[in-house]
Amino acid sequence: MPVQSIFTISNMRPLAPGVFSMTFDAPEIARAAKPGQFVHIKCGHSRPLRRPISVCDVRGDMLTVVFEVRGAGTRWLASRAVGRKADILGPLGRGFDEPDGKMLLVGGGLGVAPLLFAASRSPGVATAVLGFRSRENAILINEFEGVCEDVFTVTDDGSRGLRGTATSPLAELLRSGKYTSILACGPRAMLSATAELASAHGVYCEVSLEERMGCGVGACLVCACATRDHGEDKMSRVCKDGPVFDSREVVW
Amino acid sequence: MADMKVLFAGVEFKNPVLTASGTFGFGREYAEYFDLSELGGICVKGLTAKPRNGNPAPRIAETPMGMLNAVGLQNPGVDAFIRTELPFLRAFGTRIVANISGESVEEYAEMAEKLSGSGVDIIEVNVSCPNVRAGGMQFGTDPAAVSEVTRAVKKRSDVPVLVKLSPNVTDIAEIARAAEGAGADAVSLINTLLGMRIDVNTRRPVLANNTGGLSGAAILPIAVRMVWQVKNAVKIPILGMGGIFSGEDAAEMLLAGASLVAVGTASLTYPNAAISVRDGLADYLNTHKIGSVTELSGGIILN
Ligand SMILES: Cc1cc2nc3c(=O)[nH]c(=O)nc-3n(C[C@H](O)[C@H](O)[C@H](O)COP(=O)(O)OP(=O)(O)OC[C@H]3O[C@@H](n4cnc5c(N)ncnc54)[C@H](O)[C@@H]3O)c2cc1C
Ligand SMILES: Cc1cc2nc3c(=O)[nH]c(=O)nc-3n(C[C@H](O)[C@H](O)[C@H](O)COP(=O)(O)O)c2cc1C
Ligand code: FES
Repeated sequence: MPVQSIFTISNMRPLAPGVFSMTFDAPEIARAAKPGQFVHIKCGHSRPLRRPISVCDVRGDMLTVVFEVRGAGTRWLASRAVGRKADILGPLGRGFDEPDGKMLLVGGGLGVAPLLFAASRSPGVATAVLGFRSRENAILINEFEGVCEDVFTVTDDGSRGLRGTATSPLAELLRSGKYTSILACGPRAMLSATAELASAHGVYCEVSLEERMGCGVGACLVCACATRDHGEDKMSRVCKDGPVFDSREVVW
Repeated sequence: MADMKVLFAGVEFKNPVLTASGTFGFGREYAEYFDLSELGGICVKGLTAKPRNGNPAPRIAETPMGMLNAVGLQNPGVDAFIRTELPFLRAFGTRIVANISGESVEEYAEMAEKLSGSGVDIIEVNVSCPNVRAGGMQFGTDPAAVSEVTRAVKKRSDVPVLVKLSPNVTDIAEIARAAEGAGADAVSLINTLLGMRIDVNTRRPVLANNTGGLSGAAILPIAVRMVWQVKNAVKIPILGMGGIFSGEDAAEMLLAGASLVAVGTASLTYPNAAISVRDGLADYLNTHKIGSVTELSGGIILN
């Protein structure tokens, strides 16, 4: 059951320029959260719309998110000091299915955050492909290395790991035939390319989508996206029916 | 303890706090957060004759103390509502207000006929949606059209008819009088105000629909003023809404002349907003030793 309450910020540290890891002492949310789910954070009194941020890590009562400062709301959040309070609603949405077998995680930019949570739930079985713009934007690589069988880092400019995008190594990895599922989160172009490769190799694939949100609970319909269910087009809600979808259901 | 019961257009409400159309879906999602039977009533998402997919995304933009939406009346259609949503809602013993939008007068009337006898308590005629091309606000800004739609719906409805007014007019009292003259049992106001936001980096409107409806705390003073103007113009009761976040906001709306209030955008921020508004209103009544919430309606003392 999701809850809405006031929680204390118990830790915060910068991971990269403009990117922060923030931990909340939020037992009700931490204990219920599943990989792929998000929390909806109120960012200051004058902003009625909460900001959706994926759950990145859970330890006991502690809930960690990783976010990038993009606009006024995330800037406000980044300015909150440890010990201050935050109004959080969550955990929300349908997360990853956490399928059995070898998982291939494909993350781009901040999209790597929810994949770390998925990887840490089944240590040692996942291969992660993490794509970033450049080496200074690369985040959470050590954390992934701690819980994954294999980690490949890719940067647009080749300043860390391979040069290319998160999808560059995918075709070769999939040819090994050892993966039974792909979990992906990142920019839409990366997701659709991943979905295409997954379908070409007959591998089950789940993608986490982004849309601007209001309520976050499925009632206001501002986060609608087109999906296909058994050949029939319909509107789904990213906040409630997603953010994670079977890639075959998404109308790309 | 103050008496919270209100008799409105012949229908008894256990308390004066409803949820506003489009901000509460068909109640299912919020049933995870509180017992829906605690509400005075639920105005369901706007219904149309046929299912609608709504507008492209982005459909929402934040504004200072408010928001713009351009959902575009996404809904499963009136038949699916009666078949699959209404039985769920009926089980809670709260009042159900069916909000309808038509592309023609005839469509409004047909929907009203289908909903009559379906178990809804009131029909709310939305002539004020700013986010659709056909229908909606185009009716609500013309007194003659409001009166035509109202008359057509009244003829085919066996439950009380509430007409939801648009604030995007010069004289809202004139529109309210047109609704009353055509037989409306009550009016609700306000729907959202037409607004726009532009991303200065891309020079494009934030909403895919370019414009959208402004709601939230920012519009409370406009809603209060309009409720007060309408109260002075008509005798039928008023369901007041627009920017209500607290019990005191609700008290303000009632003092201006409303008999019931609805909570909209606040539910998007706080899932249990309608319940805190109800509790805050009860506290206000008790603190001021007011025996019944009905004593508050229209209790404004002018300067
Ligand atoms: C399910 C989900 C999970 C997410 N997880 C993360 C995460 O783990 N880390 C992270 O850094 N970011 C994440 N995001 C993106 C994050 O929500 C936005 O960057 C953030 O809302 C921007 O807010 P702002 O006030 O700084 O920006 P502004 O541009 O000032 O925001 C204005 C409005 O637009 C909305 N908005 C702007 N960009 C986005 C976006 N990309 N997605 C959704 N809404 C947006 C805001 O919520 C706000 O309502 C996620 C988005 C979704 C939908
Ligand atoms: C996301 C959203 C969807 C809405 N959909 C409808 C609708 O379908 N029909 C309708 O009559 N009003 C609709 N409205 C208007 C509200 O019912 C209400 O009149 C308005 O938002 C003002 O109240 P508020 O400031 O408390 O939100 C919608 C408002 C929002 C924010
Ligand atoms: S954000 Fe309200 S339905 Fe998804």
